[in-house]
Amino acid sequence: MPEGFDLVVGLEVHCELSTATKLFCACPNAFGSEPNTNVCPVCLGLPGSLPVLNERAVEFAIRIGRALNCEVRPAVFHRKNYFYPDMPKDYQITQYDEPTNVDGFLELRDGSRVGIVRAHIEEDTGKSTHLGGSGRIHGADHSLIDYNRAGVPLVEIVSAPDITSAAQAREYVSELRAVLVATGASDGRMEEGSLRVDANVSVRPAGAAELGTRCEIKNLNSLRSLVRAIEHEAARQAALVSAGGVVRQETRHWDEEAGVTHPLRSKEEAYDYRYFPEPDLVPLVPDAELIERAEAAIGLMPAARRERLVALVGEGDSPGLADQVQTAIELSLDQLVLDAVAAGAEPRLALARAANEAAAKAEGARALSATAFAELLGLESAGTLSATQSKQVLAVLIDEGGAPAEIARRLGFEALEGGEVESIIDEVVAANTAEWERYLAGDEKVAGFLLGQVMKASKGRANGKIVAAALAKRRG
Amino acid sequence: MERISLAEVRHVAQLARLQLSDEELAVLQGELSSLLDHVEAIVALPTEGVAPTAHPLPLSNVLRPDVPGPCLEQRDALAAAPEAAEGRFLVPRILGEAP
Amino acid sequence: MTLLGRGVAGIAAAVRSKEASAREVLAESLAAIEQLEGELHCFHTVMAERAEAAAAALDEKVARGEDPGLLAGVPVALKDNMCTKGTVTTCSSRILENWVPPYDATVVTRLRAAGAVVVGKTNLDEFAMGSSTENSAFGPTRNPWDTARVPGGSSGGSAAAVAAGMVPLAYGSDTGGSIRQPASLCGVVGVKPTYGLVSRYGLVAFASSLDQIGPFTLSVADSALGLEAVAGHDPADSTSIDRPATSYAGLLEEGVEGLRVGLIEDFVSEVSPSCAEAARAAAEALGAAGAKVEEVSIPEVLHGLPAYYVIAPAEASSNLARYDGVRYGLRVGGPDVAAMNARTRGAGFGKEVRRRVMVGTYALSAGYYDAYYGQAQRVRTLVVEAFARAYERFDVLVAPMTPSEAFRLGEKTANPLDMYVSDVCAVPSNLAGHPAVSVPFALGAEGLPVGVQVLAPALGEGLMYRAAAVLEQAAPPAARGPVRPGGERRA
Ligand SMILES: [Zn+2]
Repeated sequence: MPEGFDLVVGLEVHCELSTATKLFCACPNAFGSEPNTNVCPVCLGLPGSLPVLNERAVEFAIRIGRALNCEVRPAVFHRKNYFYPDMPKDYQITQYDEPTNVDGFLELRDGSRVGIVRAHIEEDTGKSTHLGGSGRIHGADHSLIDYNRAGVPLVEIVSAPDITSAAQAREYVSELRAVLVATGASDGRMEEGSLRVDANVSVRPAGAAELGTRCEIKNLNSLRSLVRAIEHEAARQAALVSAGGVVRQETRHWDEEAGVTHPLRSKEEAYDYRYFPEPDLVPLVPDAELIERAEAAIGLMPAARRERLVALVGEGDSPGLADQVQTAIELSLDQLVLDAVAAGAEPRLALARAANEAAAKAEGARALSATAFAELLGLESAGTLSATQSKQVLAVLIDEGGAPAEIARRLGFEALEGGEVESIIDEVVAANTAEWERYLAGDEKVAGFLLGQVMKASKGRANGKIVAAALAKRRG
Repeated sequence: MERISLAEVRHVAQLARLQLSDEELAVLQGELSSLLDHVEAIVALPTEGVAPTAHPLPLSNVLRPDVPGPCLEQRDALAAAPEAAEGRFLVPRILGEAP
Repeated sequence: MTLLGRGVAGIAAAVRSKEASAREVLAESLAAIEQLEGELHCFHTVMAERAEAAAAALDEKVARGEDPGLLAGVPVALKDNMCTKGTVTTCSSRILENWVPPYDATVVTRLRAAGAVVVGKTNLDEFAMGSSTENSAFGPTRNPWDTARVPGGSSGGSAAAVAAGMVPLAYGSDTGGSIRQPASLCGVVGVKPTYGLVSRYGLVAFASSLDQIGPFTLSVADSALGLEAVAGHDPADSTSIDRPATSYAGLLEEGVEGLRVGLIEDFVSEVSPSCAEAARAAAEALGAAGAKVEEVSIPEVLHGLPAYYVIAPAEASSNLARYDGVRYGLRVGGPDVAAMNARTRGAGFGKEVRRRVMVGTYALSAGYYDAYYGQAQRVRTLVVEAFARAYERFDVLVAPMTPSEAFRLGEKTANPLDMYVSDVCAVPSNLAGHPAVSVPFALGAEGLPVGVQVLAPALGEGLMYRAAAVLEQAAPPAARGPVRPGGERRA
């Protein structure tokens, strides 16, 4: 943060809910379908169609609210009116002044708390692609619209302006993502757009009580861009104010390549949303039973799970270990680690494989059999599989399931029988007598060469650790 | 003196996405003004403490189960589109991002 | 007697007993349409082929001994704002001139399931905004009693089609009198049911918190059947009342003995002498039949009209935003999407629709919401509460339906407010969500039919129909259809 200024950040996070269907119709809430195939009269906004609220979306929203310590209240859906071609009805059904969840907080890893102003339910829009010209929205000749995502349920989580640094913003989103995944309401995938973050950024002279004018930064597609964008925007505003300028309240777009924000338009001049109660829907008044059911379905929160995992693997002294713990928590892979350890796996190895390799396929990994995972880790610990081989087996195991030993055999990773290794060593010794003599004489520099020859002769099937041990044993 | 100015009428037409001629705007200015005069009868009514009625039915919590149902075929979805390409609705260029 | 002349119950009985086939009934209806349509212009679309196929299928069903349904073989017409899969649905608007819905409205599905044969789609004021059917982009409908006069609106095509004997049953939608007012002007029975009794799914929305679908018929008994066939819970409409459908037919003979009836005097003083006189005479007729009749003042009902003319346009301005040239309907091209939207909407909507979209947008806009929309909603509460107090003392209320008999084409088009006043007695029922019926009760000073309105509390259709049946008995037969164009009575 530039000298002499305080940073104030509030975040708005849009989270897509993992329901089977859309918010107001029975179309599948699915990715990757052919364009305009997950659509019906309701989500295409055809004349005469009417919305009916998805029960599960409501339950998910309440889970999120309760996990964020919100009060769950009676809510009224409103229409937010504005024209935009990716919005089929030219209004968005959302919650306005009476949202479902209000007044909560999220506690970060360092114990600091960020207030949650509200977490409300609303529908997503369709997706436009731009044709001709630059292929981006500016300068395109035409746009093509796919309404498959129109009507997908979202919860928008609005934080209080309690965040004071880019690093804290990153912590907040990281922890929030872990909470969302833990509730079972979201898959938390930021890169794929399941989680979208807008940042309201302002600066004020250090110690000043009054908030500065804020800018809303959009297009933050990763934690990295969130941090970079906030840092850049803070510097931009501070420089502006230092030079005697005034910050304009506006929406700005983060350009990841250029590393700058640029203005979109000023909100006040263009829009008047004319909110009014959605007459096609009735109020949502969650009763105690619904709230209890939602609460019961919430998993253990990240903080408690983190504690549990650290107790298992130890504090450690490398920052890498803490990162692995956080990744496992965020992606809900900690239970897998716990179960694998219970089945006999080595804790730190289990965590490393979960947080590094399994993380790339988190969804499949969460469904992985802990016994099979433990079995694989056992083969690696025993030296039967090298680390590289173990990682390859893990990838197959997540994708296809099965028994690790069997997969290893199929991949040709089956460790050679002791006798076979010995006979290959015999061949290598016979073919490289000079090098063998030097090795016997204590020349460590040829050890690698001999090991390489054996591995080569075994066509990679030998386990390096075992070969090295066998060579050392012959030298005595 | 009209109750609503021509500039306001023009602003409202913009909000409503209606392209209207100057003549049409002027006629609307008169019509909206006289309608607002008529509505004035209730604007002045004392309604302090009266809760608004958004809806005639005292219903709440109308929900449906999260079970997928049939969708339209892509060709039916696009059948009425003024223009379509690549399975999508085609529109002239969009100026400005969604809010 | 023709088959059509037997009415809804008579036709269904004849078809069910194989005395007549659905095809024969349909042939009469199509012939009447063919003969009269040129003079009256009730229809946008006559679905002759589809109707013939449906009638044939129904006859086969009867032949197989299956239950053909409550409305077996009854030809019905639908206001052209109800979606019909595969058949163009225009809302009488250029913006939807060629739109073919890929789905059926729930009422359409229910009517087909009940054995009704849909013969066509009828003319209306564009998007149901109007009281004369002159706001149709495709030309006005004429009143069969006097073709120089309007049939009322917005469901003028449906009302006139029943009045002229083209179909024994037609459906309209009533947002602020759009069924009852044309029913009154055309001498037929028109019902706006309790809000939520009939599904709105597939009814192109005008004002969502006010719109209800209801039947037009020549008799009260037919109306009861026509309502029963389409009423009942629909999970596709969140505002649908979740309770089993009821049959009203059995109630019609019960009379009004001992019922407490209030005549709303605030409306009586708002209307022409003929219309006021009809309402007073109706109250007397109910009294003569054993009801306890009193005059009652409910001054809040007169706030209904201005509240309505804020709430309905506000909801409409949002409901009609989707006609933007992107997904369906008219497109007038432009250099960018916003220009295309504005040109399409400017060219595709008629004057009245543009006017209401403007009013509604203004009433919801920043700085005016509370003074207009918010205040109208609070006044709506006052109207609802006033009715609630009245229904502590009365079982049903009686009132005039319209300020005058049918007016001449062009008579009220110059000043929108003149037209709006047509609905002064109608809109309070929409604001409260209560049922109301217009029953043909008299011929006015100009020799044209005059309806009387019976209002009941929510889900009070049974009481409403009982009173309506008594009024029907007391009314001169000359006050109701069917008539040939020009007012000559049909056989
Ligand atoms: Zn859908």
